[in-house]
Amino acid sequence: MKRLIRLILCAALPVFFGLTGAGQAAGLVAATEFGADNEIIVQFNTPVDPAEATDTQSYTVYEETDPDIRLTVSEVSLSTDGRQATLSFAEPLNTSVAHVVTLHDVGGVAETSFSVSKSYLGYLFSILISALLINNFVFTKYLGLCVFFGTSKRKQTAKGMGVVFTIVIVVAVSMSWVLFQYVLKPFNLDYLQIVIFIGLTSLTVQAVDTVLRKVNPILFKSFGVYLVLVIANCVIIAVPLLMASNEYNYFETFMLSLGAGGGFLLALYLMSSVSERLELARVPASFKGLPIAFIVAGQFAMAFLGFSGLQLF
Amino acid sequence: MSNDKTSLQLVTNGILKENPIFKLALSMCPAVGISTTVMNGIMLGLAVLFVQVFSSVTISLIKDFIHPRIRIPTYTLTIATWVTVIDLTLAAFFPVAYAKMGIFVKIIVAFAIITMRLEMFACKETVSDSFWDGIGMGMGFLLGMVTIGFVRELLGSGAIMGYDVLGFKPLLFFILPSAGFFVVGLMMGFFNWIETRYAQRKRGNA
Repeated sequence: MKRLIRLILCAALPVFFGLTGAGQAAGLVAATEFGADNEIIVQFNTPVDPAEATDTQSYTVYEETDPDIRLTVSEVSLSTDGRQATLSFAEPLNTSVAHVVTLHDVGGVAETSFSVSKSYLGYLFSILISALLINNFVFTKYLGLCVFFGTSKRKQTAKGMGVVFTIVIVVAVSMSWVLFQYVLKPFNLDYLQIVIFIGLTSLTVQAVDTVLRKVNPILFKSFGVYLVLVIANCVIIAVPLLMASNEYNYFETFMLSLGAGGGFLLALYLMSSVSERLELARVPASFKGLPIAFIVAGQFAMAFLGFSGLQLF
Repeated sequence: MSNDKTSLQLVTNGILKENPIFKLALSMCPAVGISTTVMNGIMLGLAVLFVQVFSSVTISLIKDFIHPRIRIPTYTLTIATWVTVIDLTLAAFFPVAYAKMGIFVKIIVAFAIITMRLEMFACKETVSDSFWDGIGMGMGFLLGMVTIGFVRELLGSGAIMGYDVLGFKPLLFFILPSAGFFVVGLMMGFFNWIETRYAQRKRGNA
């Protein structure tokens, strides 16, 4: 098992670094990055002529996805040592997309282009954080509520359900991704999405059930009951649908499913902590049980609104 | 294995005694997520009604051929097929309403209420009984959605079905997405309160 994990890591790391290094171009330009929300900062290897470098006509910039739409550079300022140019744009940039910058006649080079993008690891991490907190499936998308209210009465139950759910969703969504990319998309079978995704999920649940029963009966005894509930959780079908509509690659899909599972675990744990306290509180008779649980969940939902706009990378 | 209930009893059972939203507390996601207007409630309610009725009838028709050990996957695939049908139909004929409901139509496939009715009712009873039970459960869900939608739309934006009736907005807060939890919780509490009062009065008269 350990050897397998090491193998996967060895295979995955060069991919990450290969992609993060895409922002640099050989020769004149040393490094590029996004500055404030309407700025691109370009570092040069050698000092450049201020007259060439501060001319807005020397630069053409477009988003990698829309080469036809040129972004207008409103101003270029050069640092005193002549090695760092800051390109200001009229409108804020969409920093989640890679931008391609082309230089004309700067520093004795006729034309050179390079792309500016955020680090890919950071982007992957932001998908995880988004699914975990900003777009938490329970509190901001209102999915998976039946299971959420059913299993959030005890911390022990909450942990069991959350962990089992996370494992199943990561496995099921990974398989869905393979099937979606290599079978559904090439053969134009998009309309079978729902059937395939839910079928794969029930297969995964059945497989985990059988394997766990044989391999680790003790673990099965404590976690087995939650396996049946996984299939009744709307999040399990929402995540592959989201993956399909956003056309995520495998790493992004993995992060999304991990975030969705972790977010569900987090929500369950928070809710169960409150539920245990609620049993000691004097709740009005007609609000005992589900009604008060809904109101508590509403307060959590409002608290989670505070995460909107959170941007780490 | 037939029961002695009439079709009317089967329908009212789903609407009142075993209302999916308020009594069984199943399929709460859309009740919280998109019940901001009456129209949303009607559209999603109709979709669920359709899926419930057709899945119930399908399972009831083929119940003799299903091996008991694979019955749950069979239910899931049956529901998934009918959800795909309704999903494509809505996308083709009601694109505006479909866009508003977003992912919730597709998510009907994971609604516990439909699987539960197939497991508890359709796999044992006759086709016509399953049909009426499906109608009852679907109507119960539809009515639950419309009730929540009515309260939220009336109090949140002072309107019903998009027509301004109050002229002002008493509780703008109700229309916000996160208020769905509060509205459902308060309504459940309110119904419980009515029920206890009703039971007390009955006992007082006796």
